[in-house]
Amino acid sequence: MDSNPFALHETALKIRASRNQILSSNIANADTPNYKARDIDFKSELQKAGGTGVSLARTHDLHQNAANTNRLGAAVKYRVPVQPTLDGNTVETDVEQTAFAENAVHYRASLAFLDGQIRTLRFAIRGRD
Amino acid sequence: MSLFSIFDVAGTAMNAQSVRLNVTASNLANAGSANGDPDKVYRARHPVFSTFGDALSAQHGIAGVRLRGVIEDDAPLRMQYQPNHPDADENGNVYLSNVNTVEEMVNMMSASRSYQNGIELINTTKDLLLQTLSLGR
Repeated sequence: MDSNPFALHETALKIRASRNQILSSNIANADTPNYKARDIDFKSELQKAGGTGVSLARTHDLHQNAANTNRLGAAVKYRVPVQPTLDGNTVETDVEQTAFAENAVHYRASLAFLDGQIRTLRFAIRGRD
Repeated sequence: MSLFSIFDVAGTAMNAQSVRLNVTASNLANAGSANGDPDKVYRARHPVFSTFGDALSAQHGIAGVRLRGVIEDDAPLRMQYQPNHPDADENGNVYLSNVNTVEEMVNMMSASRSYQNGIELINTTKDLLLQTLSLGR
């Protein structure tokens, strides 16, 4: 069995949370002149976190695995707007709201997966539900 | 927990939008004001927004909204011949406020929609956080 059965969805939750933050900033700045909408690519961020993410050296078995706790490395990119605006703002509220809703659903999905895993482990430990 | 900062970001946005709504209300209320002295006439006011946040928060993609100030519209005032007006000048003319009512109505709708967006952000984030709290129960 994997050493940390929660690792994948834990990382996914972290990336979803920071993406939520970025999308919220976009929606909040929908009326700010010259604000450029930003976003991160979930897929590549998850691959980065799972593969060559920043990690601390473990010199003892009891050391906690601090891999992928650093979210500073997230590549925040600028969105290419569909329609230009006069004030230089690239936020398209409909696009951002769709992305925000989608991201929130994925966050809930990851939570549900984690919940299921916890339930499975508890079932295995107790031998009953 | 990074989700908590969404409350701050949405809060700054709602604060800015409520100031915008307030300014719009002042503009609409004073749209009909007139005076013989052009310096005493109410001029339309507009809030100016800018992005708020330091380099570190910018790296994370976090950006709040800051109200940089309220500027007065320098559009020309309309002059009207109203000799019966108590504030009319010696030629019987008064200057009317340069508030554009249509523009202000649009501003009002836009501000209230943006304010609602802020509330939605907070509601959704609150739901997500509460669900995260009940993880594994």
